[in-house]
Amino acid sequence: MVKNFLSAVSLLGTVAGIIVFFSCDKSDSIKIGLNAELTGSVPVVGKSCVNAAAMAVAEVNARGGIALADKTVPIKLLVEDNEDKAESAAAVAQKFVSGGVLAMIGPNASRNAVPSAVVAESNRLLMISPWATNPKLTMDKKYIFRACFTDDFQGNVVAAFIYKKLGLRRAAVLFDVTSEYNKGIATVFKESFVKTGGTVAAFESYSTGDKDFTAQLSKITAAGADVLFLPNYYNEVPLQIQQARQTGFTGSIVGSDSWGSEEILKLGKDMLNGLYFTTHYSADMATDKARKFIADYQARYGSRPDDVAALTYDSFGLLFESIQKAQSRDPEKVRAQLSSLSKFLGVTGAMEFRSGSGSPVKSAVVIQIKNNAFTYFDSINPL
Amino acid sequence: MVIQQALNSLQLGSIYALIALGYTMVYGVLRLINFAHGDVFMVGSYAALFLAVSLHCPLLVILPLTFIAIGLLGVVIERLAYRPLRNAPRVSAVITALAVGLFLETIMLATIGPEPKKFPALVTTTLYTFGSFTTTNLQIMIIMVSIILMIAVDLFVAKTRTGMAMRALSWDKTYAPLLGINVDRIVSVTFGMGAGLASIAGIFVGLAYPVIDPYMGIMVGWKAFVSAVIGGIGSIKGAVIGGFLLGAVEILSAAFLPSTYRDMIVFGLLLFILLFKPQGFFGLPVQKKV
Repeated sequence: MVKNFLSAVSLLGTVAGIIVFFSCDKSDSIKIGLNAELTGSVPVVGKSCVNAAAMAVAEVNARGGIALADKTVPIKLLVEDNEDKAESAAAVAQKFVSGGVLAMIGPNASRNAVPSAVVAESNRLLMISPWATNPKLTMDKKYIFRACFTDDFQGNVVAAFIYKKLGLRRAAVLFDVTSEYNKGIATVFKESFVKTGGTVAAFESYSTGDKDFTAQLSKITAAGADVLFLPNYYNEVPLQIQQARQTGFTGSIVGSDSWGSEEILKLGKDMLNGLYFTTHYSADMATDKARKFIADYQARYGSRPDDVAALTYDSFGLLFESIQKAQSRDPEKVRAQLSSLSKFLGVTGAMEFRSGSGSPVKSAVVIQIKNNAFTYFDSINPL
Repeated sequence: MVIQQALNSLQLGSIYALIALGYTMVYGVLRLINFAHGDVFMVGSYAALFLAVSLHCPLLVILPLTFIAIGLLGVVIERLAYRPLRNAPRVSAVITALAVGLFLETIMLATIGPEPKKFPALVTTTLYTFGSFTTTNLQIMIIMVSIILMIAVDLFVAKTRTGMAMRALSWDKTYAPLLGINVDRIVSVTFGMGAGLASIAGIFVGLAYPVIDPYMGIMVGWKAFVSAVIGGIGSIKGAVIGGFLLGAVEILSAAFLPSTYRDMIVFGLLLFILLFKPQGFFGLPVQKKV
């Protein structure tokens, strides 16, 4: 009995100590947690994310921090490794909840971000994922945001690009109906292109692993389409383009960010020349903000920033802007500002949050394949 | 449009038919369903890739060289994996065939890797447009060479002494050896020819659909097996007709229905034919003596 009492007292003492420790720490800095894939199957993602985060925080702290009404408060970055595992990512989120951070940036991969978002949402922890594109991440959630567009959203962007920039009116789509990504983009594209005033002359599908698309492509050619949209993965796209040309299709061909692997250049070679696809970011983007970011990053780390780095930097940008606007370190006030943030200009383009959704409406980058290399072509702004 | 789809069907069908021939010939002499056949086809594609990329061979050299190399592979597989089991229960042989297929797949995964490889364009494609349809020299070549090979196989089996021995062995494997037929030699020739034909199909797939990977043989192998069964397994004419029929069904279902239905239709067709014509279109009904 006495023993139990003693241990209860010591436990209470420890808890009190922790509480005192944290409350002391809180007063002079704003803590932001970074939930990144430092180890596991995508360490490159984690590295870019940490690099960009450190750079974003260092830039703000060089000015003394964020200027609030009473004083300027520096930012303190806490980095945790989620090992690219769903359960570790959720555990890291839990750790940040008890560590009293203002917001969590990350995880990057959808497979880690979705389970972390469940923990964050139920603990009212503000979360911004730089890179997770799965539409489910922010669905019916109040505290979860992202800096990239969702997979489906690209359908809108491609529709706008084909109609406005290429000036083409008769489109055809060939997509993998057994994959969520391809099907989502294709469906959104069809709706959006018809709404803009174009015609979808053929809407054809296939299943993952197919090699022969001649039946569908013959129909597309016969339907007289001037442009073909292929929101499919890089290993299938070269086959589809080749067969399209062999069935007599002479129009332009456009893709989505699933084309964005260097492998496609090896598989497709010359037949890709002059074709376009949409993606989040390009390392040769030409806006002032992007140019400055790319130069600074290169000076600091000696390599060109990739899409994860750019989107992480923008996640911090969104968060800092919201804190600034809220003039407070109260998570509820910051969340309110973030959810109605409009015309934020980031490295990856203009973005804003609308009608309670945590997924931004933002501009996308169009890449043109030229001389066997990806080159920046244009930014499409659907705002 | 109709002619276009007919040409597309012929191209796909000739590939199925070439592979189906191997299934049907092996079944004819050994009553063995060689499930490793689809993977032999895959190895054929990689062998041609090697000859084309590393040794810079032209297509006219690659075709016979791959035929011989993969033919030998077929002979070796039979010698090492199937001959010791020739008198074992059928189930053991079928399991061994599945294992050989997995072995070929994993050896490719281990040595070459899982990422898809680009198959080089060995012929410069020229597009011919006739009014409403378009074809290429490649498509015409695939269809023509396949048909020539099928006629050659048919003549070989019908006219030569080895072919006659094959037919005798398939007719009755107890009495054929008593007539002086060397069973081992005939079985080796059958495996070699079947594997060689599959490797030609592998080259054609590489040319027509130039991204190849170690798993490409699985589905194509199943489809070719379905072709052989529809035509009547054991019958050469049946395998050819079955291959073209399957090609046409696939192209037409993809052309007129959402493509997710395609495989359902293909395997549904198999079920339907087995229900009403268990021996396929050209197969002989099996009579068991009591």
